[in-house]
Amino acid sequence: MFDYCVDPQSLDGFYWWSCYLTTVKHISFYKSFLVVFALLGVTVPLILIFGFMGAVARQSKLYPIRLFGITYTSIVRGVPDIIFFLFVPIALDQGIEYFRHKIKCPDWTDPIRQGNDFVVCQLAKMPMGSTEQWIHETYGFFLAAFAFSIVFGAFAANTINGAINAIPQAQIETGVAYGMSRKQIFMRIQFPQMWAYALPGLSNLWMILIKATPLLFLLGVQDIVYWARELGGTKTARFTYPHEDWRLGYFIVLLVFYLLLSWLSEIFFDKLTLRVTRGQATLSGINNKNSGNRSS
Amino acid sequence: MSCFQTLTDYGLRSIGLGVRGLPKADISLCDQIVLIGSGMIWNIYFAVIALFLGFFAATTIAFAKNSSVALFRIPSSIFIFLLRGSPLFIQFFIVYETFVLLPKVGIDLNLLITEITIETRWLTRAWLGALIVLFLNTTAYSAQIFYGAIQSIPIGDIEAAQSLGLTE
Repeated sequence: MFDYCVDPQSLDGFYWWSCYLTTVKHISFYKSFLVVFALLGVTVPLILIFGFMGAVARQSKLYPIRLFGITYTSIVRGVPDIIFFLFVPIALDQGIEYFRHKIKCPDWTDPIRQGNDFVVCQLAKMPMGSTEQWIHETYGFFLAAFAFSIVFGAFAANTINGAINAIPQAQIETGVAYGMSRKQIFMRIQFPQMWAYALPGLSNLWMILIKATPLLFLLGVQDIVYWARELGGTKTARFTYPHEDWRLGYFIVLLVFYLLLSWLSEIFFDKLTLRVTRGQATLSGINNKNSGNRSS
Repeated sequence: MSCFQTLTDYGLRSIGLGVRGLPKADISLCDQIVLIGSGMIWNIYFAVIALFLGFFAATTIAFAKNSSVALFRIPSSIFIFLLRGSPLFIQFFIVYETFVLLPKVGIDLNLLITEITIETRWLTRAWLGALIVLFLNTTAYSAQIFYGAIQSIPIGDIEAAQSLGLTE
């Protein structure tokens, strides 16, 4: 990185550290923190969509749709997360390759499952074997993000469903008395208010989601845990920057990162709770409204 | 091979008893269930011991966090924040790396009268190292729940007790 980094053996102290911490691999390590934020950024909208659709499905008047919603939430909530994180990407990957195989190689005679191996023709590989490395990595990342969304979507569905049910029945009846349709009642009474009830559950879910992000490592994504292990491991004198087993140090950096992230989220959600409960006919809503008046 | 035969062969495989390897040919559904169930012995072991020991530790820490003495309150609050604010996965790594860095042979503690050696080599074994992390983690989460429970005890109950002359 710097000019004086040409011969690291001759350096020590501050100069050695400044060179060591700016190696190409370290830059990849810093970039992998973005992977965590990318995962959060991709999954949160999907989780809200899955959660909202799951909740609406559970509220549906049609029995098959309601059954689908209940099945989705109960199955995902009843099975350990980590099993889904391992199952969904593999199942999706093999499912997509299976269908591509059926379409693109109709005259292939060998069985697809040979013992423990899953063999499809070259054309059916997803992504193709010849594509660049980063496409493979991105594809793996999105499969993982999808698995996260399915799992946390089920939790969100349960929370949002509870929130819709928590809205006082009298308000719905008032809406009916005013001649509102079911859709109008949902859009004007239930939808705006449900966030206040859902927020404690959703903020809790966000905290769990943050703490589930290192599991990306188990899915083969090169995330911060991967790089911490890679960089921290003992480097013998053959390496440019030899050092002992520093994995503990790297993991403490990750620990601090996660502590900061959850601490900042806690502050953010406290503020947000104040905001969405404003003017609501609950204790916190009324207190909040009064304090708001005083300040204005 | 009958299902009973599978059970006697592989039932306790995960704790090192019986056949070492996996069945070579045609793994039946029964084999799969027995093998997965055998691994589940560990789940029960970790869950039961961590939850049982964690319950007592959590109660202690919850009262420490509720204490008016800063010497008890601050360390227990920090403990809860550290273990609830970070992923379990990272905690496993950190604790494991710490145990690996400890001397293999053991630490000699020189007490005035006798010299004792603390064995550290067991700590890098999964059955103990993982148990310690799970114990600490479940302690922190339960302690926060118990702390919330203590906080929500009606103040009237406490005042009533004080008026009856009960001590702290």
